[in-house]
Amino acid sequence: MRHLLSINDLTPSDAIGILDTATELARINDGQVKKLPTLRGRTIVNLFAEDSTRTRISFEAAAKRLSADVINFSAKGSSLSKGESLKDTAQTLQAMGADAVVIRHSASGAAQRLADLEWMSGSVINAGDGTHEHPSQALLDAFTIRKHLGKGASGLKGLRIAIVGDILHSRVARSNVLLLSMLGADVVLVAPPTLLPVGVESWPATISYDFDSVIPNVDAIMMLRVQQERMSDLFFPNSREYSRYFGLNSERMSAMAKHAIVMHPGPMNRGLEIAADVADSARSVIVEQVTNGVNVRMAILYVLLAGGPLEVGSN
Amino acid sequence: MSVALSAQDISRALTRISHEILEKNHGSSEITVLGIPTRGAHLAARIAAIMSSIEGKEIAHGTLDITLYRDDLRLRAPRAIMPTSIPPIGIQGRDVILIDDVLYSGRTIRAALDALGEVGRPRTVQLAVLVDRGHRQLPIRADYVGKNLPTSEKQSVKVSLTEIDGVDEVVIEGVAN
Repeated sequence: MRHLLSINDLTPSDAIGILDTATELARINDGQVKKLPTLRGRTIVNLFAEDSTRTRISFEAAAKRLSADVINFSAKGSSLSKGESLKDTAQTLQAMGADAVVIRHSASGAAQRLADLEWMSGSVINAGDGTHEHPSQALLDAFTIRKHLGKGASGLKGLRIAIVGDILHSRVARSNVLLLSMLGADVVLVAPPTLLPVGVESWPATISYDFDSVIPNVDAIMMLRVQQERMSDLFFPNSREYSRYFGLNSERMSAMAKHAIVMHPGPMNRGLEIAADVADSARSVIVEQVTNGVNVRMAILYVLLAGGPLEVGSN
Repeated sequence: MSVALSAQDISRALTRISHEILEKNHGSSEITVLGIPTRGAHLAARIAAIMSSIEGKEIAHGTLDITLYRDDLRLRAPRAIMPTSIPPIGIQGRDVILIDDVLYSGRTIRAALDALGEVGRPRTVQLAVLVDRGHRQLPIRADYVGKNLPTSEKQSVKVSLTEIDGVDEVVIEGVAN
């Protein structure tokens, strides 16, 4: 495996290999060791043409813990804001000897384009492209679910997971539906019809418009951010009404199964899709998702950059 | 293919190594035994069990994965990372006994020394192996050896242990020269 562009690039054993690697790395990171020499001398470029806090910092921390050299560059303050094309940017990175590029871009398919056109010889890791995919987020979500609720090796068989909110604009939702269903979980999408993408019927998930009927039957609820910056039309009458029907408040949380967890990929709109007291409750694993993100991204970098083709798990 | 060590040979070798470790370190109080996964980890558990039955007390033991410290990572497909578990007493100021199944190039042990350095500073590090097959590429030697097996580089030495393979045995595969 050379690139990570989409969950569709992974086989179930690839995905489980990454999760298992992340599990061992988490144990090492929990101990005294904070730095590993594994990727010494490799250069990883964070190319963020769209805003990000968690993903960028997380990839940076992951690369640094594996001793790689990290070059960050974002659209603001680089020639991207002067209108330089993706191709010219990629060729510049190639000339500087980047072994991997972590790319976030507002255009769906930007990472795929970077990989397909062979503008550069390194690995391409998709850190979110438009409304398409965000594979590393799905892997860290699967890791978090497996850690809390998993049974056995692959661990997601028979679990029911609700993904709630702005599915239409969510790359996190798409990657999660693909990955969680591949690992054996049943996924329920909950959203107003206006916030579901065209063709959602063909996704490996069921669809519900009634949040309250779904809540008692699921093991995890993943709330999605309402992406107002991508909304050029009116998708719901007003935010109070959205919140009343599709927001997770403490009343709804009390209807959840005892063991069920609350997730959110961040950044949150507190008071819109999730109430502040729910986000800060004991059921919420939102902060832990960030910690797990570093371990999962270390595993991704290890698998892509440490050697040749992926054989983790085949032993 | 020829059997170099039988189950009984392995059992005797591990018992002798356990006694040698205790003799050299004047007892077990400062010893931490760390096995290198996969088979070294099982050998470490066995040696710790033998020593604790001799001494009549628990011996601190655990596992040390060295995958992330290898110098040949870029030469082959990435390997699965195995568990590392350092016993609660740690390795700081202790006599660490590293245990592996086969000593060959010495590169695994070099990586293990690097990995240990990240965890703490042992007083001494000693090496016990079930088989030393020669052909060292680094200035490394074992303190305790189950059996020296002269081999050619074309041959391979396969260690089987009941915990994983269902049988205790060491065989040499391929022909010399």
